[in-house]
Amino acid sequence: MTRIATENYREEAIKGINDPVLQKALANLQMRLGRGAEEAYRNLPEGPGLRRKAHEIRMNAIENLDVLLELLADKIRSRGGHVFFAEDADAAVTYCLETAQKHNVRLAVKGKSMITEEIGLNDAFAAADIEVAETDLGEYIIQLAGEHPSHIIAPAIHKTRSEIGLLFSEKLNIPYTTDPETLTRAARKALREKFLSAGMGISGCNIACAETGHITVVSNEGNIRMSTTLPKVHVAFMGMERITARLSDHDILFRLLSRGAAAQKMAGYVSYIGGPRISGQADGPDEFHLVIIDNGRTKILADNEFREMLCCIRCGACLNMCPVYGEIGGHAYGYAYTGPVGAVVTPLLVGINRAKDLCLGETLCGACKDACPVDIDLPRMLLLLRAKLADGDEKWNVKRENTGEKILYGIWSEIVRRRWAYDAMLNLSREGLRLFTGKEGMISSFPFFLKGWTDSRDMKLPARESFMLQWKKSEKQKRVK
Amino acid sequence: MNYNKKVTLFIQCIIDGIFPEVGFAVVRIFNKLGIGVECPAEQTCCGQPAFNSGYRKEAKRAAEHFMEVFGEAECIVCPSGSCVNMVRNHYPELFRDNAKLLERAKGIGVKTFELTEYLVDVLGLEDLGSRYDGRITYHDSCHLMRGIGVKEQPRKLIRKIRGAEFVEMKDSDKCCGFGGAFSVKYPEISTAILEDKVKNIIDSNAEIVTGCDMGCLMNIQGMLSRRGLPVKTLHIAQLLAGQSI
Ligand code: SF4
Repeated sequence: MTRIATENYREEAIKGINDPVLQKALANLQMRLGRGAEEAYRNLPEGPGLRRKAHEIRMNAIENLDVLLELLADKIRSRGGHVFFAEDADAAVTYCLETAQKHNVRLAVKGKSMITEEIGLNDAFAAADIEVAETDLGEYIIQLAGEHPSHIIAPAIHKTRSEIGLLFSEKLNIPYTTDPETLTRAARKALREKFLSAGMGISGCNIACAETGHITVVSNEGNIRMSTTLPKVHVAFMGMERITARLSDHDILFRLLSRGAAAQKMAGYVSYIGGPRISGQADGPDEFHLVIIDNGRTKILADNEFREMLCCIRCGACLNMCPVYGEIGGHAYGYAYTGPVGAVVTPLLVGINRAKDLCLGETLCGACKDACPVDIDLPRMLLLLRAKLADGDEKWNVKRENTGEKILYGIWSEIVRRRWAYDAMLNLSREGLRLFTGKEGMISSFPFFLKGWTDSRDMKLPARESFMLQWKKSEKQKRVK
Repeated sequence: MNYNKKVTLFIQCIIDGIFPEVGFAVVRIFNKLGIGVECPAEQTCCGQPAFNSGYRKEAKRAAEHFMEVFGEAECIVCPSGSCVNMVRNHYPELFRDNAKLLERAKGIGVKTFELTEYLVDVLGLEDLGSRYDGRITYHDSCHLMRGIGVKEQPRKLIRKIRGAEFVEMKDSDKCCGFGGAFSVKYPEISTAILEDKVKNIIDSNAEIVTGCDMGCLMNIQGMLSRRGLPVKTLHIAQLLAGQSI
């Protein structure tokens, strides 16, 4: 089952804010990767404008998905690969499980992939008593600890070196140490054994290519290359939107992806996979399966206001610039996707009411849009999601969230059309707020729904006379003179 | 179009109701420059609070009122980046299904300027001959910087103020955590972001933090005041109009 805990946003956010280890890690991450990506875009020979070009490439592919996916599937099948179109998470998981069972797989090795988090693959395999070993170092740590990733690219940023030392000494039977090299060696040794004995390799897909009929996967640890070449069977998962038409598109997209995700010019390992090993090839699986997943994406595709979201290549760059993510960390978002991308895509996938806090609990500062390598207008869609929550929406099956607020804004909209009424409202609120005013005309404890402000802040009492009132008076005096 | 003889003031509701002195600072700047000032007294709010919370029908009503009040103005100037962003970038979205109003909204958008944008880009001024003694740091408001692309204009103006020493704070371009209703709906997150901002202000050693949007400055002032920190918040218009501490 897929884990959805979006209802705990506020609670988990507060936990994140009060976790000093996480706070330090987040500040570090944003400083290094967030600012690093900014710099990397600036240093592009084509300049940051290349992001716009990438957006067009992605949008173009999204508009032609049906054709491109068919092309991809045909090419892969012609090389002896299997392609399965999965309507939802269950279908995708079942297909993979059955494939594993057919081959009597006891252990599968997996390269980091967000979509397998989305469909809850690990839990399903665990239930079927098949071990899935995460092979990305960060993911491996998280798996040993029995937790969930908190960042798309850096899943274990919330763990300290000493926590990892303790974890490894307990689970891998090595003497306690905090030396990163020793720890990495221990993980490497344990993982090598898994690579060699696994019956199945599982990966995601960063971007597929219709023209050549292959999927591309990148990593910095080489673990994905091993997961996809050593075991006899390779099952790759991709969201149905992760494709482009031409190979030349990949050049631009991977340069941007690497910059956005890790402030790198290019990831360390880039693999192109188009089917099983053919005779004469030294490496590669005997069987190759590509599972192309819908799981709610057709609905996003059908709505031209949200279609843009399908351009996303899950690089995590928006997390690294987001002030909210920078304080609360990834766990608050309660689903596979965290940060700004999660704030938009999660409500669309799991239900807008259910994930309302994700889109309401953002500042709308717009830093995510500038950080995005494919220039997705996330703030625009956050606003749109809020509009659906405010008024309800049939197409997306959204119920109005707050009738009281709706009524208040209704009254407000009448008042702002009449200056006299607006003045009366200003006076009334001023007189009301006077009761709460303390030192130097500052309000330090608001009543009711405004209380959140004064938990940490004062506010100046509204002026005795508004600017407009004073202005009118001075104009009148001028005329009298 | 004659953009430099007379301006029509569009006063942000926060300035109107809570910080009228900022509005008068703007008036003083234009008086000093010999530019005529008009200010339609029927104006209220551009509709941004409703729009940001998703109440588009209600925001539209405010926007219609705004367009009635300012429709005839030749050049509109506003001392708030987020309000200009609302008018220039969001009004067209609000009226996209109504060709007539859409055209009107776009027409108003192109003649609405943020104060520092107007002074530097339209009038070509940087030195207003102002004086202000003190060490000043500047906060980039999000909608000002990312929405309407104003980043260097205020810095140019501040650097020319006599007696002022301009210091950049760390992460000046990072959000202050205000976000309108967000600040009261998710106060814990808002506060955590604001704490970083306040720390960067304090670390800059400035005596004054300035900016081009009273929303952010009110938020920052709120925490400075609560914690008894000795840094003053002033809108850039107050510095340019030469108001002393
Ligand atoms: S929205 Fe943009 S920045 Fe965020 S994960 Fe997707 S592609 Fe990357």
